[in-house]
Amino acid sequence: MLIKNIIRFVVVVLFQVLMLNNLNFGGYAYPAFYIYFILLLPFETAGWVLLLSSFFLGLSVDFFTNSLGMNAAASVFMAFCRPGILSLLRSKREYELGFAPGIKDLGFGWFVSYALILILIHHTILFSLEVFSFSGILQTILRIVLSSVITLILAILAQVLFYRTTKG
Amino acid sequence: MRNVITFLWKNYFFFLFVFLEIISLVLVVENNYYQGAAVVNSTSDFTGGILQSFSDFGGFFKLKEANEILAEENARFHNRNPKAYIRTDTATFFVRDTLYEQTFVYIAAKVISSSVNRRNNYLKLNKGRLQGIGKDMAVVAPNGVVGQVIEVSDHFCSVMMIINKHSRVSAKLKSSNQVGTLIWKGDNYRRGTLVDIPTHVQMHLGDSVITSGYSHIFPEGQLIGVVEDYKIEKGSNFYTVDVAFTIDYNKVYNVFVIKNLMRKELKFLERVEDQN
Repeated sequence: MLIKNIIRFVVVVLFQVLMLNNLNFGGYAYPAFYIYFILLLPFETAGWVLLLSSFFLGLSVDFFTNSLGMNAAASVFMAFCRPGILSLLRSKREYELGFAPGIKDLGFGWFVSYALILILIHHTILFSLEVFSFSGILQTILRIVLSSVITLILAILAQVLFYRTTKG
Repeated sequence: MRNVITFLWKNYFFFLFVFLEIISLVLVVENNYYQGAAVVNSTSDFTGGILQSFSDFGGFFKLKEANEILAEENARFHNRNPKAYIRTDTATFFVRDTLYEQTFVYIAAKVISSSVNRRNNYLKLNKGRLQGIGKDMAVVAPNGVVGQVIEVSDHFCSVMMIINKHSRVSAKLKSSNQVGTLIWKGDNYRRGTLVDIPTHVQMHLGDSVITSGYSHIFPEGQLIGVVEDYKIEKGSNFYTVDVAFTIDYNKVYNVFVIKNLMRKELKFLERVEDQN
């Protein structure tokens, strides 16, 4: 379980830094796919593990791009919101033991709403910090929405590619 | 006292979050001055090494385009060769020209990492202190201006591109020699903005925008872009000029870093000016 998560951490950071940062999505969007790692952490992850691993996840991506603490700040905030969002969506499905967040265990609809909310939170913090002002707020919102959509599509693709979607 | 500790312990999730978030935000705030990019030294040999290997691999796919750009530059140099001209004037005279005392040294470098889709865009090059690169040196490409070196390690350096919110380049219009400042508003990586041009100046669409040489960082006359549009903002005495960059910053592979040999002298004079 631990090894699987460590491998996922490294793969996600390398994919982001070596592939996604070199692709140009119309010059506006910046998909932060590495947060997929936070999305896929098991339900029973301790709070401090969640926060610390997200912090170092964001910091690792920051090391490769001259953006200092921006990704770290956005990732930690998203990790902080994760338990809240999970309990918000709990009323729709029961989180049985052994489940992991994903399409296989909890269904496509659940995963999309879970991922979309957290992705939007993360991207909002990230792009707001990058701009650091209220001028051009329309353009910032456009970038947030565009990047979130692309990240969501990538996350769904990753789910479909690496897990067989058999409904439990 | 015990109640405070139990309170903290019970709500550790929230306080740990606040603690980590503050650390991240401190890092971000220190990023607001471009020299502060030295805090997280992303030019360390470790990350530089990884990026270098990966860009060597990826470089194969861009070779065709990079070669075409280099071939064009070669053609331009051949054109400047005196042998390409015919002497039409037989009268000769000897000029001792101190203009030809070499002030600029060009160091060739390769781009190993870049970005164009963020508000502050940076490049990383594969040359560093051991190859003669220093802070604040100009970086140009065969057909235009790229940016300025902001941080150097032994084998790599970090360049703040013109398409960066903090970039300010002293530039002038070729036709009138009128000097202004070139900045980037952040919306389009092919377009910049020239400000501080007084409204009495005659403006022409298609006029070239070149470096003025006043910053002592860029040599004079480096082409930056072409005037696309100009307007006067309400209540201002200056034109806001839209400049189309000559370079596509998405396709920069080989650059030159320019060392100004006279820079120490000029900085010394500037310091004396500031004191008085």
